[in-house]
Amino acid sequence: MDRVIELDLTRLTVRELNHYLHHELPLVGQASSLSAPQRQAGSLPHVQILNPNGMHNLAVGLDAPADIDILGHAGYFIAGMNKRANVTVHGNVGWSVAENIMSGTVRVKGCASECAGASAHGGLLVIEEDASSRCGISLKGCDIVVGGSVGHMSAFMAQAGTLVVCGDAGSSLGDSLYEATIYVGGKIHSLGADAQEEPMTAADVARVSDLLTKSGIARDPKSFKRVASKRSLYHWHSDAGQEY
Amino acid sequence: MCGIVGFLAKKPEFVQSLGEHVVPMLTCMGDRGPDSAGLAVFGEPVDSTLRRFNLYAPERCFDWSAFEQQLATRLGGEIEVSALENHAVLIGSVNPVRFKAWLSETYPALHLLSTGRAIDVYKDEGHPTDIARRYHFTQFRGTHAVGHTRMATESAVSPAHAHPFTAGEDFCLVHNGSLSNPYSVRRKLEKKGIRFETDNDTEAACRFLEWRMSEGDQLEAAIQKGFEELDGFFTLLMATADKLILVRDPFACKPAVAVETDEYVAISSEYRALAHLPGVKNARIFEPVPEQIYSWTVSSSLT
Repeated sequence: MDRVIELDLTRLTVRELNHYLHHELPLVGQASSLSAPQRQAGSLPHVQILNPNGMHNLAVGLDAPADIDILGHAGYFIAGMNKRANVTVHGNVGWSVAENIMSGTVRVKGCASECAGASAHGGLLVIEEDASSRCGISLKGCDIVVGGSVGHMSAFMAQAGTLVVCGDAGSSLGDSLYEATIYVGGKIHSLGADAQEEPMTAADVARVSDLLTKSGIARDPKSFKRVASKRSLYHWHSDAGQEY
Repeated sequence: MCGIVGFLAKKPEFVQSLGEHVVPMLTCMGDRGPDSAGLAVFGEPVDSTLRRFNLYAPERCFDWSAFEQQLATRLGGEIEVSALENHAVLIGSVNPVRFKAWLSETYPALHLLSTGRAIDVYKDEGHPTDIARRYHFTQFRGTHAVGHTRMATESAVSPAHAHPFTAGEDFCLVHNGSLSNPYSVRRKLEKKGIRFETDNDTEAACRFLEWRMSEGDQLEAAIQKGFEELDGFFTLLMATADKLILVRDPFACKPAVAVETDEYVAISSEYRALAHLPGVKNARIFEPVPEQIYSWTVSSSLT
């Protein structure tokens, strides 16, 4: 059995928690606290954060391989800027979960509020239930899988990466989209400016299938619709007549 | 940034312990709004022949007994004043229009916080924790309450600019956000003879909705007109004698989270202000969607 490091937020401040995760946790994997078989088996240090009670900024800025479980509902900016760690929230999160993550996996077992995965560069964000508005806003390369629905203005100005929505998408999906790709399993309330539905190719089905498998969400990848940019908004048209 | 909180009891024990649940919500949201705070509480309504007025005096040592005597002499009738420092609740068979006129003429420094049969309003400058302590918010009982913590962005920090705002009778509103057309709304209403007390944007929203209700609209219909009239960002939480109502602007720019159990409904800007509530961890928690009117009615068994 792996040893679980329990950090209780009724005893620690958020600053103390994050200090531990930044400065002490990276040493744990190298130190003697893991048994030799664990190190050989590649087990990661395992941290459980207790009593999050909606607090903000938990497990932000991590840069070490580790499994972090947040046991309960959490607040804003959870696991922001994450690198390499796997953070799981056993509850809901507030605004901007996994904002600007670079790698690793962030999983929310419940719902996420606005701006989930905003500006995220890499890694995987899984929201098992619904995400609210502006999910994947300004996405820069991360893959986001939402088991439920997303709110309005999702993937607004998304530049790279993937947003997979198993349920419905709110209004103005993919407004001012750049080169990110959106897949929607349910209904699309409306598309934003310069977003269009396109046929699913075999490569799209494989991409959705791969992300669903990684997310542990069972859906038929062939049932998704593909939304991508028309590429008419972000190019300068010299013959547009300057009519604005 | 501001914080909003709301609570509606569904069981008698939550009516009795209303203040104990609401105060941690309000003080937690002090992080979002530390410069002033307020709370409106709706209790058992006084008889229909009576009115309940809440008053605010700028000085904490205001002489309320002299005020009571003068009021009784001038307006007559049974009057009861219960005061705590610079706040007083006045109950009497006093005509609200006459009272307001008398008050502005005789005691222009006093601020009329609320008028109605069920509503009490407390608001002041200072940290929410201190305000809650000074006015003994934890002891409050009632069917529902609406609170606000303010971080002013568009008008002065003063007790009058703090929320909740009231208009008419038994109606109050708190607002997180900022309106971009409060002056055009205000000019429109002033032409109809509606008077404003501050230059605060929220007051424009409050008076607009109350004006629609005075024209015969139900609050829900007034809010629908508000969506057309009010431009800007808003999460609005409102209460009448028997209702708690929440709406968010079309972009849902300002946060709100709600929880409903068999025992209560609670609303806040952030979940952490609800985390102390009994049974919340396994309750239905949801984020209100834009432009939808969420309305909860006080059970008639509680009043």
